[in-house]
Amino acid sequence: MKILVCITHVPDTTSKIQFTTNNTKFDSTGVQFIIGPYDDYALARAVELRDQTGGTLTALNVGEAETEPTLRKALAIGADDAIRVNSFPKDSFFVAQQIAHFAKAGDFELILMGRESIDFNGGMVHGMVGEILGIPSFSPVMKLELEETTVKMAREIEGGKEHLEAKLPLIAGCQEPIAEWKIPNMRGIMSARTKPLVVVEPVSQETQAEASSYQLPPAKGSVKLVDKDQVSELVRLLKNEAKVL
Amino acid sequence: MSILVYVEQSAGKIKKTSLEAVSYGYALAAKTGEGEVIAVALGSLAADELAAIGEAGAAKVLHISDERLNAGVIQAHASAVAQAFESARASTLILAKSSLGDAVAARLAIKLQAALVSNVVELPRLEGGFVVKRSIYTGKAFADTTVTTAKKIIAIKKNAVVQKLDGAKAQVELFSVSISESDFASKITSTERATGEVLLPEADIVVSGGRGMKGPENWGMLVDLAKTLGAATGCSKPVSDIGWRPHHEHVGQTGVKVAPTLYIAIGISGAIQHLAGVNSSKCIVVINKDPEAPFFKAADYGIVGDAFEIVPQLTEALKAVY
Ligand SMILES: Cc1cc2nc3c(=O)[nH]c(=O)nc-3n(C[C@H](O)[C@H](O)[C@H](O)COP(=O)(O)OP(=O)(O)OC[C@H]3O[C@@H](n4cnc5c(N)ncnc54)[C@H](O)[C@@H]3O)c2cc1C
Ligand SMILES: Nc1ncnc2c1ncn2[C@@H]1O[C@H](COP(=O)(O)O)[C@@H](O)[C@H]1O
Repeated sequence: MKILVCITHVPDTTSKIQFTTNNTKFDSTGVQFIIGPYDDYALARAVELRDQTGGTLTALNVGEAETEPTLRKALAIGADDAIRVNSFPKDSFFVAQQIAHFAKAGDFELILMGRESIDFNGGMVHGMVGEILGIPSFSPVMKLELEETTVKMAREIEGGKEHLEAKLPLIAGCQEPIAEWKIPNMRGIMSARTKPLVVVEPVSQETQAEASSYQLPPAKGSVKLVDKDQVSELVRLLKNEAKVL
Repeated sequence: MSILVYVEQSAGKIKKTSLEAVSYGYALAAKTGEGEVIAVALGSLAADELAAIGEAGAAKVLHISDERLNAGVIQAHASAVAQAFESARASTLILAKSSLGDAVAARLAIKLQAALVSNVVELPRLEGGFVVKRSIYTGKAFADTTVTTAKKIIAIKKNAVVQKLDGAKAQVELFSVSISESDFASKITSTERATGEVLLPEADIVVSGGRGMKGPENWGMLVDLAKTLGAATGCSKPVSDIGWRPHHEHVGQTGVKVAPTLYIAIGISGAIQHLAGVNSSKCIVVINKDPEAPFFKAADYGIVGDAFEIVPQLTEALKAVY
């Protein structure tokens, strides 16, 4: 079976977010980039399923040259080859079109993505790709098992989960506990250097909703501490001062 | 032209976040002068539930009563809502961000050739184009997003607008759609859902516990506190990883993002990944025995001390007020 996993190249979860050029550009000074945490779950499960079915696993990213170390990391974790669509990911629609095109060209039967990217948090690229390709898409998927061409999944819903059955081909936006994050080992890192990483140009430039400028939330004031022997004072403050009760 | 609002139900009850979406549609219509707000509600729903949609600001409700839509079958919902959108000659679709809403909205964006903007936190600005402010980097920043398509889909975050309660009774119309069998091809075989509890993503108050609670046997006091406040319960990631609490209660970067009026964090250190899930809360209270716990920097109110002593006292003090 041919599996595709789509990964984002995003700031580490501990990063301080800042902008430059009059708040129109992300400031990457001092920021470490990682595979998106949800994409990391998708990748981990994809590696397991590839090993189980004996198929191939391709990792894809829509991004500029600086995302290549992140794709190499995906190769080190276990992807067989990688595709980089050479463009800044302008908006979700733009990204979805690129993924849909290469997914179709490569005839992938199972496409795993993250539940959401942690930069733009849209949670929508999987659904868009599913609709473009005319195949089902599910998210957030917390369990995914393959039985021949049937896929058994658990999808998180508010306050619980639902169990689903669907047929390949399909797309799943993954989250924990679908698999444990995998850390690349030495052999993986060595072999990643020689695995193919193909750079392709975008198939369309169309966008619909690009970010034009950025803002940071207002700074938080300092905490008001209440003595541990005066718990009722906290209740009074919440009621009369913060007015949240 | 009209504004269509996709309203979700959970076990026969309209979701509160969906009613907020209706009120957002109402406020948007007032701002753009775009005409009627029409809601589309799917599956079996009682008359009083449909009426509540009117009170939140809809003039009309298109009720698609097909009971196969009681469950959140993503493709079938997307097909049904697309038909309602065309029939209502809507320009804009509003919905509340949710597990089902996100999945349905993404498919609709392609079906309707509409730009989709998610995590929207306020009404759009109309000077110099249609500009929507959305939360990005898991609440650490905002982006002004310029929408260039004629049709638009806006998925709002909780508290993007104040829910309207004084609207009129909506005119309810049964609306029939044709949904192909293939849209029902994926089967929901079973659903596990907490009943009788306040749902975490919808809650106005959240009581959340971390590893400082020491074990699942100590959650009783948090549940008591939550009950007293009519709150939902949440937890940190390690707590759900170890299995002390169910996964759907896990709050943070890789879990549920909440935006309650009040978030009470008990025995949670306040790691940046946890804060990412709560930074949209209006007021944060932290109870932690370590005065250096990073959570205090993100808090509005705090008590330094042992949760096992403070929480029962807090519940008592609240009972005197409620
Ligand atoms: C990529 C990534 C994603 C992550 N996503 C998430 C996420 O979504 N959500 C999340 O929560 N974490 C997430 N984490 C984990 C996060 O970094 C922290 O490890 C986690 O939040 C810590 O949980 P905790 O505060 O419950 O436990 P601890 O850090 O162990 O803190 C326990 C706290 O309890 C206090 N305490 C102990 N005893 C008492 C007592 N008797 N009374 C009062 N206070 C007491 C201690 O002082 C301490 O501050 C993520 C990590 C990574 C790397
Ligand atoms: N630039 C990108 N390159 C590759 N995959 C992406 C990109 N952006 C988003 N995705 C995939 O789509 C998922 C959902 O992203 P989003 O809709 O932006 O939250 C991510 O978890 C990735 O799997």
